[in-house]
Amino acid sequence: MPTFVRTEKCDGCKGQDKTACMYICPHDLMKLDKDGSDTGHAMKAYNQEPEQCWECYSCVKICPQGAIEVRHYADVVPLGGSVQPMRGSDSIMWTIKFRNGVMKRFKFPIRTTAEGSIDPYGSKPMPKLADIMQTGSFTRDMMGGFRAGKPEELIRK
Amino acid sequence: MAGTFDKPEVVQEELDVLLIGGGMACCGTAYEIMRWNEAVKAETGRDLKIKLVDKAAMDRSGAVAQGLSAINTYIGDKQDPADYARMVSNDLMGITRDDLAYDLGRNVDDSVHLFEEWGLPIWKTDADGVRHDGAESIKEGLPLLKDGGQPVRSGKWQIMINGESYKWIVAEAAKKALGLDRIQERVFIVHLINDKNDKGRIAGAAGFSTRDNTIYIYKAKAIMLAAGGCVNLFRPRSVGEGQGRAWYPVWNAGSTYSMAAEAGAELTMMENRFVPARFKDGYGPVGAWFLLFKAKATNAYGEDYMTKNKEMLNDYPPYGQAAVPASCLRNHLMLKEMKEGRGPIYMDTVTALAKLRETLSPKEVKHLEAEAWEDFLDMCIGQCGVWVGENIEPEKKMSELMPTEPYLLGSHSGCCGIWVSGPTDVGAPTEEGLPGVPSHLPSGWNWGYRSMTTVRGLFTAGDGVGASGHKFSSGSHAEGRMAAKAMVKYCLDNPDLKPEFDESPEEIAEAIWKPVSTFLQFKDYSTAIDVNPNYITPKMLQFRLQKIMDEYVAGVGTYYNTNDKMLAVAEEKLEMLKEDSKKMRAKDLHELLRAWENYHRILTAEAHMKHIQFREESRYPGFYYRTDKNFVDEENWHCFVNSVYDKQSKKWTCFKRKHVDLVDKSKLFKPAQPH
Repeated sequence: MPTFVRTEKCDGCKGQDKTACMYICPHDLMKLDKDGSDTGHAMKAYNQEPEQCWECYSCVKICPQGAIEVRHYADVVPLGGSVQPMRGSDSIMWTIKFRNGVMKRFKFPIRTTAEGSIDPYGSKPMPKLADIMQTGSFTRDMMGGFRAGKPEELIRK
Repeated sequence: MAGTFDKPEVVQEELDVLLIGGGMACCGTAYEIMRWNEAVKAETGRDLKIKLVDKAAMDRSGAVAQGLSAINTYIGDKQDPADYARMVSNDLMGITRDDLAYDLGRNVDDSVHLFEEWGLPIWKTDADGVRHDGAESIKEGLPLLKDGGQPVRSGKWQIMINGESYKWIVAEAAKKALGLDRIQERVFIVHLINDKNDKGRIAGAAGFSTRDNTIYIYKAKAIMLAAGGCVNLFRPRSVGEGQGRAWYPVWNAGSTYSMAAEAGAELTMMENRFVPARFKDGYGPVGAWFLLFKAKATNAYGEDYMTKNKEMLNDYPPYGQAAVPASCLRNHLMLKEMKEGRGPIYMDTVTALAKLRETLSPKEVKHLEAEAWEDFLDMCIGQCGVWVGENIEPEKKMSELMPTEPYLLGSHSGCCGIWVSGPTDVGAPTEEGLPGVPSHLPSGWNWGYRSMTTVRGLFTAGDGVGASGHKFSSGSHAEGRMAAKAMVKYCLDNPDLKPEFDESPEEIAEAIWKPVSTFLQFKDYSTAIDVNPNYITPKMLQFRLQKIMDEYVAGVGTYYNTNDKMLAVAEEKLEMLKEDSKKMRAKDLHELLRAWENYHRILTAEAHMKHIQFREESRYPGFYYRTDKNFVDEENWHCFVNSVYDKQSKKWTCFKRKHVDLVDKSKLFKPAQPH
């Protein structure tokens, strides 16, 4: 299911050096065709290696213009279906269209805190170097996740 | 544009600690190490120079890039780390390091609790046994996991999440911990550098930018190498556009294993592989269907092959007698149906959903339908693509299952990887019990620093740590954190260490840039850019690798069968392929990325082949069979197979290490049935 970019929607992220899709693609697939020499569409992005696309939808979700969609792998999947998200700050909406026209819509939460709000060490203790060889992270005494285990289970100790 | 390369600029930087990779493991390392570095500053006045280098963008890099619908390792307050270590051992046919699994088991929930605090929605069960998604749980006032909240279990160890933004959230914490000036994205590290005065020590790493013509060479005392597992070393079932739809992320190129091997690190269990049985073509997850929706898998004639073929489990005592048979054995029973012509195999989603409808209200049914779709939409959207294209509504039409092409990894249901130093407080052996281990390697299971490889200063986590497995996303994060502390300790213990490279920066830069110089030298020899006797494209090289591995090293083409003769053929072909990899071309930076990824795949594939050849049995029936040694031989092969690679001679040395149980495994097994 390689991604494709809708010609009339993509604005090349307004002439910045790198587009959102280029920034995010984990496999370095999205490319801005600056002069149009690759695609005939100058200042628009395209998927330069569709057969390496994992269909992770990272580019689809991040595109500010909603210009990226997915055409399911042509060597595997019959034409006509589509699966398209709209990712917000706390939830994602999916519109699913079957080849036979059946439609489904789903909305799922994605995050319970505001984006950018994580305070990594705010309420966390400062560790002591004297404890560095002890098992467990610096948060072991306050996150309630350390499982000490029953000593008798360790048969060679 | 092809052929318009400028000469690369070489940037050198000196660090104390370098983190290679940006996935769950390195995010865990980053989070833990930066806090300990504050302690270092406060107590000693030193400030460790730390940098993380990722070939992609941390927000969406690594195996969790797409998201996940479950956290597969959460111990909870009702199970013991020893239970977890037993499960890991059983699923991997008895040969795992209990010290590593146990240590992970006691630490992993700490990371999960942090994820929830940071904003990851985690499903909860309320007092009436009703389940709520992660956002609803908060509205309902249900407690956090750390305050006694009850997760929704989709299996003994799994908990359900709304995980579309899982990686985004974990990366945000890691990025804030590091600060943006300690992060370098879009630089692909391809080569580790040993120390000139001590070849068994790490001195640095080098790579290149995929955005501009820059080569980066880092000098570092301690390096975390956590760059994932290996995908696309075997010919995948889909070979056109669909080849990107690998089950594990297609960008995992074996970089962890190959770079460690070239640096001299001891690898372990590289014969192990994972062949997940998944929804056909989209490779969507099956766990929730089996465990949450109680669906059954059948052959084409409606027979439940796990029941029908259960006698076959008796061929593999004691593992066949476990309450939950190992993943490979479940494949073994499925493959019998496929080989004897009773395919396709189906997940009977229709019956499962119909049964659930009998007891549920219409509102609950609607909720259930959403849960089933979310399972795919959170982590494998491609499967939805297959379903919509083929008009598969799961309540009306069953879906095919299929075992995939083989994958190499150490964090999911696989245990290949690097041999690392474990914890010292769980009773692990301190001496080696078998002869034949090369004398320069440590004996026993711990040598000072948790998660350090046999190369001093080189650490790993996640898919990198071998002989354990089943750590998944949360465990990889926890493992990165354990290593972080050891890396800090290593730096504090070695304040005067001055790493010196055993290669010159010019040599390193020239080697990295070789595919580009090869292209520039020969590109005008022929009129067609891709057909030229002086070089090979990374794509064709990958096809050749996949053909060899599929046809001779137990890929899907032979129903996962190989033998000593086929392996000998593969050995010869892989050697020539390795020679030809020196003639790879790169017409642009994107192709340079592919060239180096494929070089890493070849070395990883070679390790896999050599280990299967050395282990004269079939340890993982259902994942691969050596038809000349088609049995599990507990007497001679209940041991680790480890190896080292010599980058000068380019030869592998395989050897055994003794396996020892640190927790009692007999609790796993029913008494053997008389034959």
